[in-house]
Amino acid sequence: MGKSEEVVLLNYWPSPYGMRAMIALAEKGVQYEYVSVDVVNNKTQLLLQMNPVHKKVPVLIHNGSPVCESLVIVQYIDELWAGDAKPVFLPSDPYQRAQARFWAHYIDEIFEFGRKIWIKTGEEVEKGKKELVDSLKLMESQLGDKPYFGGEELGYVDIALVPYYSWFYTYEQFGNISIEAECPKLVDWAKRCMKKESVNKALPDPVKVHDFVVMLRKKFGVDS
Amino acid sequence: MAEEVILLDTWVSPFGMRARIALAEKGIKHEHREEDLGNKSDLLLKMNPIHKTIPVLIHNGKPVCESNNIVQYLDEVWPDKSPLLPSDPYLRGQARFWADFVDRKVFDAGRKVWATKGEEQKSLMEEFIGHLKTLEAELDGKLYFGGEKMGYVDVTMVPIYSWFHAYEVSGNFSFESHCPKLVAWAERCMQHDSVSKALPSPEKVYQYVLQLRKRLGIE
Repeated sequence: MGKSEEVVLLNYWPSPYGMRAMIALAEKGVQYEYVSVDVVNNKTQLLLQMNPVHKKVPVLIHNGSPVCESLVIVQYIDELWAGDAKPVFLPSDPYQRAQARFWAHYIDEIFEFGRKIWIKTGEEVEKGKKELVDSLKLMESQLGDKPYFGGEELGYVDIALVPYYSWFYTYEQFGNISIEAECPKLVDWAKRCMKKESVNKALPDPVKVHDFVVMLRKKFGVDS
Repeated sequence: MAEEVILLDTWVSPFGMRARIALAEKGIKHEHREEDLGNKSDLLLKMNPIHKTIPVLIHNGKPVCESNNIVQYLDEVWPDKSPLLPSDPYLRGQARFWADFVDRKVFDAGRKVWATKGEEQKSLMEEFIGHLKTLEAELDGKLYFGGEKMGYVDVTMVPIYSWFHAYEVSGNFSFESHCPKLVAWAERCMQHDSVSKALPSPEKVYQYVLQLRKRLGIE
């Protein structure tokens, strides 16, 4: 990949999906232009043109061609920027790859469980809390004693999951739970990931995320 | 090396059909085991403890779960015959995007149709047809989503064709009038043995749906 590459990432800072793309790009040392799109208030023409099907961020635009859906983007980055001692996200063994894909797909559901905690009321919140804690505990058991889900190094599943760490404070505040108390090893893992520049530069301040959600709740008319 | 390949499946599942098509396309010898989802086998519960669903591919004793995952796995382990994913990373990204669209939009809307009736069902049916039209536009004059040959997206999508008759009778409409090119594409896929042998008869599927809706207390 010697010739000049134009890489643009359309994103909105609170999006855990966008954080996945940012971590992947940073891990591979890819230079790119970050274009912020306020998807809550103002979806731009560029976004609608580049992702007409879902109209969502993140979108990776590589030499003018769009790649959409965060896990598709991470796999694309993994495959395209390979070699030269660059990190590899997905294992080379097909069985291990299938496991990684399975868990990344499972992880997408975790955001939906968490969402119930801050957007719903009453029984739905309780349901969301249980589903969130159960799924995080399951991920914790999958981690076992490894430093990362990828083994010795950050891998595909780590990249898929760690963005939610910036949302933990929000879940805790609205759900009145302590994720650290429920899944201490998982929180240890997240803090370990946060020591990496690629991760701590991608994840926003959890208090900012919480304030963003307070704004969203007002906007959607959910009682605070 | 002797390969042991087992597929845990049920005849009516479009997800199971994906795995069947991929196995047939690649000529992979395997044992097909029919599961009764009302009485799941110990093997299924052991091999897919998280979701307890089919299909599950068991390769030399090790399970691979989730249909799109199984198809990609088969493509990587048996790459020489009927490659399903393109070799170019950008085209691979496109294929993965559309397979995700088939799962999260098409199949999801299609599934919800059966759990509803009246106005709600009509609205979901319209949503379902909307997604089919989006896919039809993506086909854009190609023979298959994979180009000249069937590929990953074709395998992911074509199983729902066996359910079309059930949708048409329930909703009193014809897919041909909404997305004729998509119907033509499905019929083209059905010319392949790997597809026609994997998909059950539309009439059998319709009878299954009637029973399902009775069980759900909808009809």
